[in-house]
Amino acid sequence: MTGWRRKAVGYAGATVALLVIWQLGSLAVDSRALPGPVPALAAFAGSFATELWPHLVSSSWRVLAAMTLGTVLAVPLGLLVGRSPRADAVFAPLIFLVYPIPKVVFLPVLLVLLGLGDASKIVLITLIVFFQLLVTARDAARAIPPGSVLSVRSLGAGRADVFRHVVVPAALPDIFTALRIGTGTAVAVLFLSESIGGRLGLGYYIVDAWGRLAYDAMFAGILAMALLGVALYELLELAEGRLCRWTRVGR
Amino acid sequence: MAGLVARDVSVTYAGVGRATEALSGLDLAVADGEPVALIGPSGCGKSTLLLLASGLLAPCAGDIAVGGEPVRGPRLSTALILQDFGLLPWKTVLHNAALGLEVRGVGRVERRERVAASLARVGLAEFADAYPGELSGGMRQRLALARALALDADLLLMDEPLSSLDALTREDLQDLLLELWRQRGHTSVLVTHSIEEAVFLGRRVIVLSPRPGRVTAVVDNPRMGETGYRETAEFYERCAELRRLLAAEGALGPDAGPARPGPAEEGAHPATACAPEASS
Ligand SMILES: Nc1ncnc2c1ncn2[C@@H]1O[C@H](COP(=O)(O)OP(=O)(O)OP(=O)(O)O)[C@@H](O)[C@H]1O
Ligand SMILES: [Mg+2]
Repeated sequence: MTGWRRKAVGYAGATVALLVIWQLGSLAVDSRALPGPVPALAAFAGSFATELWPHLVSSSWRVLAAMTLGTVLAVPLGLLVGRSPRADAVFAPLIFLVYPIPKVVFLPVLLVLLGLGDASKIVLITLIVFFQLLVTARDAARAIPPGSVLSVRSLGAGRADVFRHVVVPAALPDIFTALRIGTGTAVAVLFLSESIGGRLGLGYYIVDAWGRLAYDAMFAGILAMALLGVALYELLELAEGRLCRWTRVGR
Repeated sequence: MAGLVARDVSVTYAGVGRATEALSGLDLAVADGEPVALIGPSGCGKSTLLLLASGLLAPCAGDIAVGGEPVRGPRLSTALILQDFGLLPWKTVLHNAALGLEVRGVGRVERRERVAASLARVGLAEFADAYPGELSGGMRQRLALARALALDADLLLMDEPLSSLDALTREDLQDLLLELWRQRGHTSVLVTHSIEEAVFLGRRVIVLSPRPGRVTAVVDNPRMGETGYRETAEFYERCAELRRLLAAEGALGPDAGPARPGPAEEGAHPATACAPEASS
């Protein structure tokens, strides 16, 4: 398990480096708005079990639900569209028209239609993740070398076999890359949507603390949000390691 | 019964910018259980011919039949080894070798048994859990062979299965192919660029013309398969004969024949600009 040890050492080193930079930054700025790591961590530890926890749970649930939903909807559709010229003729123009529209501008509409609770946030993040993954899955499916498909078809494989044995595994690494990039966007949009509507979620907690000039609490919220992003990223990293073992060959 | 008959077969690829006539009026008959070698200049349509025989590609004109039946799609007892081996990088050696059986719905237990036997046959038993990316070129070629073997096919189509190997490994695998054919008696079509390989593994050696491919010569090689054939004078004679034929063909060159200005539309068949079947 030297791989694990090396990873742990790497993370510890990076954490220390970040804390040092943070400390130096807060000393240099010398403002109440940027507390150093010591008061922020103290606030984080102090409020975690009481104040912070429900907000963290709510935010985690929203972003997890949205990313799962977006993936489950987008990946099969994207792969199908990428492999079928007929489906592509129908969907490609639609995708090209809708993809560049910044979905985040629909936040006010969603807030009006779906209210200030979970639904509006989940739908917005799902929408964004959906289109990112749709485009990636379509491109990945189109880029599959014809030789792989031919070889499996020569063995007597039908359409479903080709999807199972070739299309899905071949597209998987690209889909994971898109998901990992997507976590950044998803958490950012989560923050925005929570800071605008509702009274639950880390976004609300951070903006509320800001309004009360409770900068240590604000930073505790920021830390929690950062941890959420890191946790999502690591989760994906773990899943990719499990599902895409062959990509480690030769490294 | 797995003889292969191609009658007046033509293929024109639609291509992206330009059409390419790959085969034109090709006739070929391979008897049941006969091993033939197919040799010809690069781009003359050898791989195309194997795709036709395996049912992955439909000819624009002409007929293809295997075992007396017209070929309409992949046939369950035909095995094809593609020029790039067609291994899936995301599957282990074991799963690559088992893929054909899995697709055919063979049960897990029987699959394990048959695959273990075919991997052992090509000397890859201890690499069952490796990925293709962890194998050498020769091992990949052996894996492709193991996958074909596991199918227990009566028609084995091989597209340069031993290219890019050093001379010794290559002769090793040639011996393996010969032995397998002797044991199993399948019909075998081997595409190769090597004259010695063609003479060693083909009871008949079929020579194709430059693109668009047609059969220009057939070299009979009745003593193929005899033990120690590679060291006999007859073997060298056959090789020399084949080399002369190929050289003569090279001298002819692709431009010496009747001029073919625009691809496709000049052909004998009015509707030749047909595309290969849609993928997946
Ligand atoms: N999918 C394709 N689309 C368009 N043209 C193709 C396609 N596949 C092959 N061709 C063309 O058809 C001709 C015959 O190709 P083929 O692969 O059958 O040749 P080959 O005899 O196997 O050559 P090599 O010895 O180099 O493998 C070539 O000129 C090639 O450019
Ligand atoms: Mg070829």
